[in-house]
Amino acid sequence: MLKKSSIKVLILLLVSGFLSLNAKETIKIGAIVSATGPASFLGDPELKTLEHYVQKINAEGGVLGKEIELIHYDTSGNPKKAVTFTKRLLNQDRVVAIIGPSTTGETMAITKFIRRAKVPLMSMAGAVAIIDPVQEYVFKIVATDRMACEKVMQDLNTRGLTNLALISGSGGFGKSMREQCLDVASDYKINIVADEIYGAKDADMTSQLLKIKNNAKVEAVLNPGFGQGPAIVTKNYKQLKIEHPLYQSHGVASKKFIEIAGDASEGVRVVAPPVVVADKLADSVPNKQVALQFKNEYEKAFDSKVSSFGGHAYSALFAVVEAIKNKKSFDSKDIRDGIEELRNFVAVDGVVNMSKQDHMGLDTKTGMVLLEIQNGDWTVVK
Amino acid sequence: MAELFAFLLSGVTVGFIYALVGLGFTVIYNSSGIINFSQGEFVMAGGMSAVFLMYAGVPLGFAFILAIISVSVIGIILYKLLSISKDSSHISLIILTLGFAIFLRGLAQVIFDKQLHTMPSFVGDGSFEIFGAILSYQSLLVIVVSLIIVISLYLFFKRTKTGQAMVAASVNVDAARLMGINIKKILVLNFAISAVIASIGGILLTPITSTNYEVGIMLGLKGFSAAIIGGLGNPWGAVAGGLLLGILESLVAGYISSEYKDAVAFVVLLAILFFMPGGIFGNLKAQRV
Repeated sequence: MLKKSSIKVLILLLVSGFLSLNAKETIKIGAIVSATGPASFLGDPELKTLEHYVQKINAEGGVLGKEIELIHYDTSGNPKKAVTFTKRLLNQDRVVAIIGPSTTGETMAITKFIRRAKVPLMSMAGAVAIIDPVQEYVFKIVATDRMACEKVMQDLNTRGLTNLALISGSGGFGKSMREQCLDVASDYKINIVADEIYGAKDADMTSQLLKIKNNAKVEAVLNPGFGQGPAIVTKNYKQLKIEHPLYQSHGVASKKFIEIAGDASEGVRVVAPPVVVADKLADSVPNKQVALQFKNEYEKAFDSKVSSFGGHAYSALFAVVEAIKNKKSFDSKDIRDGIEELRNFVAVDGVVNMSKQDHMGLDTKTGMVLLEIQNGDWTVVK
Repeated sequence: MAELFAFLLSGVTVGFIYALVGLGFTVIYNSSGIINFSQGEFVMAGGMSAVFLMYAGVPLGFAFILAIISVSVIGIILYKLLSISKDSSHISLIILTLGFAIFLRGLAQVIFDKQLHTMPSFVGDGSFEIFGAILSYQSLLVIVVSLIIVISLYLFFKRTKTGQAMVAASVNVDAARLMGINIKKILVLNFAISAVIASIGGILLTPITSTNYEVGIMLGLKGFSAAIIGGLGNPWGAVAGGLLLGILESLVAGYISSEYKDAVAFVVLLAILFFMPGGIFGNLKAQRV
């Protein structure tokens, strides 16, 4: 009985082997996204974008005459699953490049396997740790929180302000950005004169803001945070009648923030990825057209507001495609070299200039936009 | 001095929110002796359904009433679930309420969404200034409504027949039943009242903090602490516990560091459990062994 079934399996395997040999050859690109679970707000738009544009590329004749085959797995934000699926992509599916994962934790968990397999990885996560120190096969085209700090500090320099107060959320996002801001401040001759923290689910931040208000040195306030916290900070800020300029991070760069913080958000400056305000960018901004096209296409295809995370997926996919085209090769090593050699590559997230030392290739000029909320809408700060 | 006053005021506002959640625990505990861990989710359900009714174009006042009614129906459903449970030991019922909380959270993700939502403040966005501290109209509303709820609950338990019947049922079910009290009716009413209080809290809170499907977790935890600190079963205890917790948190955040804020709240909870296991207002019932 057992023998019979194992023979059957063998035959099946053989047949399927022949079938796949006969099938049209494709470029196999792997994707690891957290399409469900707590990080689904990242993975869901990312996967939708990847599928949409792969289909589009194939409909237009593919890349160098070959169609792309997107093999994707859902990790639901779990690093262990990310490792399993990475191994599967590398050993069974034999992909030439991998896009993802969606979160920093997952990315850090799989780089070891990427290094061994020598297959390029295009992460869609935010943290600096992914590209610093540089790893040969690991890339990303997603602005870091460090860049958000720099963008704010550049604006402080132009305004002639030097003493900044931080009030950060205790969640992962707020913590990481706070550290980056503390670290980068001296580059811009900014003094951090207050450093307050609130719980990510707190209902009232008056105590922390009062300390900032009573600190005579403070000239401006930055609030690294995510979710409801920044909206409450903004409301309390207005109630306490604090006069200093208030800056919010890219963690709240969506219309939802204006809606929740209401009138209190008037005059608040927010750092944002360019795609959020693609239609408002000056025509001279080099990535305006790409970002705007993506925004329109996304909103038409999925009938929902554009997601900056979808933008990361777009940048990642097209960077890989561009590398394949430039190198005229489907070999992982060549694709890796091709990505590292990308110069003036215009992506949704900015103009990319990769190098041996820089595996992100973005700068604060095109990678981040500074916005001010006026009359309940974004305006770009010149 | 102005700073201290401001910290106190901020603590009082948050404290009354905790107190409202704590009151819900108290009411159910009073009649059935169980702790309802889906209390926080009732708060969430109140706020979320009010917001979504408002989105659907229902006038604000009407949306509140509908939200409160639907949450009280959820409360009654929970009671029905508990009453058909084969194993009626307190521990298994309490675990059932925990499961119900997770279920409600999941349901909210499916029916509503995972986004943050808010609604306009019902009393305007203005605020008072008292000795240099600021109190928004909405916060004042939270305080006033909480006080009204506590006082009416207190009067209800002390002065009305139904209220006394509830207390009787919690002291000794069998004796109460022999006295002709309809225990089932009493319990249904209790779960409904507790759900109503929670949903009012959820609605009042939404303009201040905004709401989403998981806002109930932390609120439930803090409300539970408030009820324990004050002494389970005493409405005034829940208020005192909530205020103590809120003020302590605010003082710690203001004078020491916001990072230790939550830790301090739970240290106080532990200390109370160690040294005054009945809570500030509670007196441990003498039990026959």
